[in-house]
Amino acid sequence: MAGGFVYTAVESTEMSTAEYYGNTLAELGREHPEIVALTADLANSTKIGIFQKEFPDRFFNVGIAEQNMFGVAAGMAKAGCVPFLSTFSVFASLRCADQLHTDICYQNVNAKIIATHAGTSFGQAGSTHHAIVDFAVTRAMPNLTVICPADGVETANAVRAAYELNGPVYIRINRGFDRVLYADPDYGFEIGKAVELHEGTDITVIATGSCAFQALQAANFLENADGLKVRVLNMHTLKPLDKDAVLKAIMDTRRIVTVEDHNIIGGLGSAVAEVMAEAGKGCGFTRLGLKDTFAPIGLHEDIMSMLGIDSNGIIAAVRDVMGKDFELDDNWDDEV
Amino acid sequence: MSLTKDEWLALEKKAHELRNLCLDTTYWAGSGHIGGGMSCMDILTILYHKYLNIKKDDPDWADRDRFILSKGHAGIAYAPVLCDYGYNDKEQLKTFNLTNSKMGIHLDSNKVVGVDASTGSLGHGLPIAAGTALAARVLKKSYMTYCLTGDGELDEGSNWEAAMTINHYNLNNLITFVDRNHNMIDGNTEDVMKLEPLADKFTSFGFDVKKVDGQNIKELCDAVDYALASPRPVLILADTAKGAGIKMMENNYKWHYGAIDDKLYEECKKDLEEYYQKRVERVEREAK
Ligand SMILES: Cc1ncc(C[n+]2csc(CCOP(=O)(O)OP(=O)(O)O)c2C)c(N)n1
Repeated sequence: MAGGFVYTAVESTEMSTAEYYGNTLAELGREHPEIVALTADLANSTKIGIFQKEFPDRFFNVGIAEQNMFGVAAGMAKAGCVPFLSTFSVFASLRCADQLHTDICYQNVNAKIIATHAGTSFGQAGSTHHAIVDFAVTRAMPNLTVICPADGVETANAVRAAYELNGPVYIRINRGFDRVLYADPDYGFEIGKAVELHEGTDITVIATGSCAFQALQAANFLENADGLKVRVLNMHTLKPLDKDAVLKAIMDTRRIVTVEDHNIIGGLGSAVAEVMAEAGKGCGFTRLGLKDTFAPIGLHEDIMSMLGIDSNGIIAAVRDVMGKDFELDDNWDDEV
Repeated sequence: MSLTKDEWLALEKKAHELRNLCLDTTYWAGSGHIGGGMSCMDILTILYHKYLNIKKDDPDWADRDRFILSKGHAGIAYAPVLCDYGYNDKEQLKTFNLTNSKMGIHLDSNKVVGVDASTGSLGHGLPIAAGTALAARVLKKSYMTYCLTGDGELDEGSNWEAAMTINHYNLNNLITFVDRNHNMIDGNTEDVMKLEPLADKFTSFGFDVKKVDGQNIKELCDAVDYALASPRPVLILADTAKGAGIKMMENNYKWHYGAIDDKLYEECKKDLEEYYQKRVERVEREAK
């Protein structure tokens, strides 16, 4: 689903992920006069300021008052505007959890939260600025669609799709530059549909956000080094989760590794585990992410490596799960 | 007791050293929140070198005065103060912000010695400070709590909720500083979200408000002395300049966060030296 203009690989290296968002929002703003934008003293940091430059009369900086911003957005949405609101993910999901829950989700208003500095991408700022529980919080909110794009191009796709969907959407994107996963926006982005990045029959790695690129690298490496066929799914939508893709992975590969820049509690790994448990089909399974701890400080890529959610960590986890004694036959009855 | 000239000069010297150390730390880290760090350095200096009743060799002393840096992004200024004081090794400043360092942009009270609260999410400090002040009452302790907030930070409603608590319980064992440097990230506070009339707002919330020049150590100390003797909670509204001491940063909101390279570093050093000379001249003129 291509945007208004098509982003090229060159732009991918020149534009931060948030700049893709800002530019896409400005494009949408040209098409739809009911779109308004709100931020809480983070116009430049979240790149919602790109919309501000073009549409100063449809832009509102409420000061450093995120809870107020969510309430104001709910009011504007009730009156017929389509508000896009941006602050850091940690504040969008936690500081404003009550407003998100009650003003936006309960009332089911058409507001779009584009939350930046996701996961540990604002690494040096430490745990006050790491968003490691936002999947858990937002996934549990009825009516809310939760998306975590893998790179700038996917962010542009997700922002457009969010506009087209009627109802509240939470999109979390990283600070700074993401590794480029998609050179071309026309790969069939659809909310709630996982994208297969690499074919495989031995094991499936289900990844989201910045981990998708890492998973693809790991799969390529494992194919050459170990002769393993690793299926890689980019699970850009956390809710609604692509259950069919998960069930297919369980049946086809019988082994799953999930990887996310988030606590292993309540996020992608939990969502996949829920599908697996309800299907009644056990399978070799490991969740990569923060192991219910706060992250160290540092550069994002360093933190990803320390947490084992980079390609090396994924390779190790895949080998570990492959090494586990696990039946390969189709007889589910004789298994514990 | 009023500040003597010698004391004043000693504090000026310390503030000058700490401004330099803040600049050095920003340079070592490559970048940092230097604007809002410099604006509050005089406040940090008088607290750590005149007022706080704390013990170098016993940072967890239960009767110590508490200090809550609500504007947690000023860690780039606060870390140098805590290292220079002796709570942490100064060498740590050289790895500020680097991967696996104990010190990142916002200081972690479980990793950095002397930090009373892990802040960084704005609008958390004043409620925590109200809590430590209330606890002193319950525990029958005579320590003071000091809290420093930004001005943009005051947009957060939690500050005003805390203000009600402080007034309701008449927490005169809490002294609040506001670093009124008139700038936040996206611009001047009055352009982004009006705060004025700020003193009147705080007065109506029950504070005894003292307006001072936040870059004047004598005025700051006089205000703290006043607050220590006051039967009511005092708020010191310190008029400051973001980036104080470095010309191109002064009152420039774009220097909320910035990178310092070799060339800039030399320029900044020179500015700080000049700034210090001017401040010493002021002491010579104004001290009795
Ligand atoms: C709850 C919250 N929202 C947003 C931010 C991002 N942020 C960091 S510093 C800052 C501006 C602070 O302005 P001010 O309080 O005036 O501080 P100063 O100018 O003294 O640095 C913002 C918006 C944050 N740290 N916490």
